[in-house]
Amino acid sequence: MLNKPYWIGFAVVLVVTLALLNLPEQVSRKARLAVGSLFVPLFGLAGFGQTLADRTSDLTASRRALLDELATLRRENVELRLQALQHAEALRENERLRELVAWQRQTPWKHKVARVIARDPEDWWRTVWIDLGSRDGVQPDLPVLTPTGLVGRTGDVGLTRTQVLLVGDPKCRVAVLVREAGENGVITAFSTSVLDHRLVDLTNLPRQSALRPGQTVQTSGLGGIFPPGIPVGTIVDSRSVGFGLYTEARVKMAADTSRLREVLVLMP
Amino acid sequence: MNGLRSLILVGFAFAGIFAAAWLEAPRRWLGAQFDVLPALVVVAAMTTNVLTVGILAVSGGVLLDSLSANPLGVSILPLFATGCGLHRAQELVLRDLPYAQVILGVVATAAILLLKLILLLSLGENPIVGWGSLWQFLVTCGWSAALTPLIFRLFDTVAGLLSYRTVEPPTFRPDREILRGRH
Repeated sequence: MLNKPYWIGFAVVLVVTLALLNLPEQVSRKARLAVGSLFVPLFGLAGFGQTLADRTSDLTASRRALLDELATLRRENVELRLQALQHAEALRENERLRELVAWQRQTPWKHKVARVIARDPEDWWRTVWIDLGSRDGVQPDLPVLTPTGLVGRTGDVGLTRTQVLLVGDPKCRVAVLVREAGENGVITAFSTSVLDHRLVDLTNLPRQSALRPGQTVQTSGLGGIFPPGIPVGTIVDSRSVGFGLYTEARVKMAADTSRLREVLVLMP
Repeated sequence: MNGLRSLILVGFAFAGIFAAAWLEAPRRWLGAQFDVLPALVVVAAMTTNVLTVGILAVSGGVLLDSLSANPLGVSILPLFATGCGLHRAQELVLRDLPYAQVILGVVATAAILLLKLILLLSLGENPIVGWGSLWQFLVTCGWSAALTPLIFRLFDTVAGLLSYRTVEPPTFRPDREILRGRH
C-alpha cells in the first residue's frame, strides 16, 4: 500500500498538472514563453561561444583554401549577376503584362535573417527556436524559409525569440502545387519518415494525378499563410490510397531542416 | 540537506534540457536526442525522498515542455509516477552498482516515454510516431543507460562538494585503553 507522503505527492502533482493542462491557450502560451525565457542567457552564451569557435577556425584557415574559395565565389558572382540581369528583365516584362491585363501587382518579399538557437528536445515534434521576436516585428503565422526552400511558419512569439513549426510537424500544414502536373495538395507529417526529416507526405491529391518522381512542389498560396511560388521539394513517389479514391505522394524537401543554422522570416 | 539535493537536481535538469535543445549532433547522427530527465528521476528516487522527486518532476517537466511543442505540463505526471515507482523499490535495489543503475535508467526512460505518449494521445495531440520511433526509443534508452551511472557519480560529487563532510567516529576507544603506571 502507498503511504501518506505518496498520496500527498500524487495529489499535489496531479493538481499542478491538471491546472497547467487546463490553462486557457493564451495564458499557456505566455507561461511557456516566460518559463522558456529562463534559457535565454544560456542560448546567448552558447551563440557567443559558437561565434568565437567559428572565428578561431577562420584564423586557422590556410591562404590557399581562402584563395580557392575566393575564385569560386567570384565565378559564382559573375553567373549570379548575369542571372539577376535576366530576371530583372523578366520582372519588368511581368509587371508590364500585369498592367495590361489589370492584375494586382506582386509586392516583393521583405525578409529578416534569423539564427536557429534551439531545437525541440522531444523527438516527436519538429520545431526550432529562432533569435527574432516581437520586438523585431515577428508575428505568428509568418513563412520561414532558406534560399533552397520552405522551412515552416512561425508559432509562439516571445519578445526575443520565436518558435518555428517546421514543414512535417503535424501543426504545420502547407497548401502546395505540383508545378508540372498542376495538382493541388496539402503537405502533412508522414509517419514513416520519423528518421528522415526531409521526407514529408503530400495528401489530398485527386486519384488520377499524373505524378512523376522529380516533379517540383511549390506553395500554391491557397492556405493563406504562405505566398505562392516558394519551392518546397520534389516528388519521390506516389501511391493510391483509400481504396483508390485518392492519391498520396512522398516529397523530398528542398531545405534540409535537420541542418538549419540561419533562416529567413518573410515579414508582413 | 534535502533542499540542497533538490536544488542540485533541478540545476542538472536545467542544464540537461538546455543541452538537449542546443546540441544537434546526437539527433543528426543517431536520429534521436538524449533525455537527461529519466536519469535524474532515477537518481532522485534512489537517493532522496518523494518531495524531491516531486520538485524534480514539476520543475523538469515544465522546463522541458517550455522548449518543446508538448502541451505545458504534460511531462510532469510521467516523471513523477516513474519516480514514485522507483522510490518504493529504493531499499530493494542495489543502487550503488553500475549495472543496476544502467537497468534503472533504461526502465525509467521506457516508462516515461510510454506514459508521456499515452498522455499526449489521450489529450488529442498528434505526435509524429511511426516504425522509426522504435529506433528513437532504443536510442533514447541507450543514452539513459549511459547517462544514469554518470549522473549518479556527478550528483554524489557535487552534493559532497556543497555539503558538510560527515565526521567519522574516532577509532580510539577509551574502554580499550591500556593504562600503565599506578592508578
